[in-house]
Amino acid sequence: MLAYVIQRVFQSLLVMVVVAFAAFIVFNFVGDPVDNMLGQETSAEEREELRKDLGLDDPFIVQFGRFVTNAVHGEFGISYRLQRPVADLIAERMPATLELVALSAVLALVFGVPLGVFTGINRSSWISQLILIVSLVGVSLPTFVIGILLIYIFAVNMGVLPSFGRGGVVEIGWWSTSFLTVAGWQAIILPAVTLSLFQMTLILRLVRSEMLEVMRTDYIKFARARGLTDRAVNFGHALRNTLVPVITIVGLNIGSLVAFSIITETVFQWPGMGFLFIQAVGFADVPVMAAYLVMIAFVFVMINLIVDLLYFVVDPRLRADKAVAAGN
Amino acid sequence: MVSITQSKDHPVNGAPRSRMARILDSDLFYSFRRSPVAVVSAVITLAYFLTAGLAPWLAPYDPFNAASLDLMDAFTAPAWTAEGDSRFLLGTDDQGRDILSTLIYGGRISLIVGFAAVAFSIILGVGVGILAGYVSGWVETVIMRIADVQLTIPAILIALMVDGVARSALPLEMREDMAIYVLIFSIGISDWPRYARVTRGATLVERNKEYIQAARIIGIHPVTIMLRHVLPNVMGPVLVLGTIGLALAVITEATLSFLGVGVPPTTPSLGTLIRIGNNFLFSGEWWITLFPAVALVVLVLAVNLLGDWLRDALNPKLR
Repeated sequence: MLAYVIQRVFQSLLVMVVVAFAAFIVFNFVGDPVDNMLGQETSAEEREELRKDLGLDDPFIVQFGRFVTNAVHGEFGISYRLQRPVADLIAERMPATLELVALSAVLALVFGVPLGVFTGINRSSWISQLILIVSLVGVSLPTFVIGILLIYIFAVNMGVLPSFGRGGVVEIGWWSTSFLTVAGWQAIILPAVTLSLFQMTLILRLVRSEMLEVMRTDYIKFARARGLTDRAVNFGHALRNTLVPVITIVGLNIGSLVAFSIITETVFQWPGMGFLFIQAVGFADVPVMAAYLVMIAFVFVMINLIVDLLYFVVDPRLRADKAVAAGN
Repeated sequence: MVSITQSKDHPVNGAPRSRMARILDSDLFYSFRRSPVAVVSAVITLAYFLTAGLAPWLAPYDPFNAASLDLMDAFTAPAWTAEGDSRFLLGTDDQGRDILSTLIYGGRISLIVGFAAVAFSIILGVGVGILAGYVSGWVETVIMRIADVQLTIPAILIALMVDGVARSALPLEMREDMAIYVLIFSIGISDWPRYARVTRGATLVERNKEYIQAARIIGIHPVTIMLRHVLPNVMGPVLVLGTIGLALAVITEATLSFLGVGVPPTTPSLGTLIRIGNNFLFSGEWWITLFPAVALVVLVLAVNLLGDWLRDALNPKLR
């Protein structure tokens, strides 16, 4: 067990070092940082001085070490575009993205699981067929098209919901939340629905196929033979056994929600990290890009590590296999 | 049944049937004819390709020729509406460009980028996949670990990152001209692990078959074995992935272009057109963004359905 955990943690660290190295290379060799920070009229001496101050004349490995140390402390330098520390920018934008991702995950679960159970139990009813066809169309609709469609319907035509920004936010310490004002809720609905639709169809299809499989097993037949109610069979026995893969997928997909929030945030001008990143790409604002790259890699590595370790806790067979493989 | 048709087509002298006849008589074509969804989506996909190929002849106007544009025509509504103009079937955009023409040319760019990106992914993924499966050892471990790590990150994010980095690496004046190649490279590189995995799996199966061992024994060079003997036998599943991959690549291209980091507005793709139209949604010019969006969704849906059918048709378990 311990050896497995250590191995996984070590692998995660290795991935992070590789990503940090990539970010460092980009940061240092894509354009000269000195050129990016100073104007045209600075003298050669001033340039040299700044170069020394920034430690750019140090050996490569020393510079990389410093980059990693700074990154661990959350420091990624100054944004070229906004002339402010990247760490501040990210701290400012993070609550917006995290709230959006959290609400989308909740929406995807709250609608995806019941619809999946319904289509799994009543597989031949026309409502199920309709839900499945709609979900296929949903998979083919790119996220940004869904966003535009929702804006057109609810913001332009009906004029009931705002199409950009966060509406009203309340500051709780450094965290700004949209969940405490009506305007904030109105503003977050459309982006959250846009972001959750794809995950919703994914969960729906997964729960459906798992339900179809579980419904064929002997213990479900036995439960029916015992005269249990449909409700007890469907939810108490069948659904519970489908939840392990669903939880895994949902856990792993939190990462893709963060990734796809880039698109949603751009469509809705949502002031989160994804929108910040896209603007950074447009302006070749390398410090912001490097910081985002390292952060998103960290999120993905952590999620994968946690899911792997959870597997180990949840599924006893895995432990047994490992023990056999290790020769114990 | 096979033996009957063969005896009919292969008379006593054993003359080979024409290639067309063999295609028309195959299991695959039979399954194709039996599936109305497959036929419809194939027709739609083919129509897109033909339109893209014949764009200069089909498009009523040349949207890139600035001389033919008239700003007085800007924001004309589609022809069937009250404010429409019969010269412009689907209306015009902010620069007076005919929407139908920009759609035809835009679809062409979307398809070119999507196709090139998928080709790049396949060449890279199948190449390292065969290598990993055939050579094994540490080469295999390294390649598959990289693929595993990349697979945990969504392809669109990889494409965005690579695109962003590559753009900032280019000097400012080259960014516009190189944009389309950068885009193909970043979409292609974002999707190779899927092909590498499938190819490696198929190669592991083929490697231990007798014809490969025979080829090895008679001293054929390993590279020749990989290219001439293994490659043709692993292409089936790769084709299925490639079809669905085309839909994904078109979506990724449209998304990047919509985000403003794809192809430049001077040579718009469907994604760029939607981005442009999005600016005018609030002022009521819905047609500028609606038609490119519909064109994109129909294309992606058709290619996806075609891929789904191909996957089922080539799956021996479902026959």
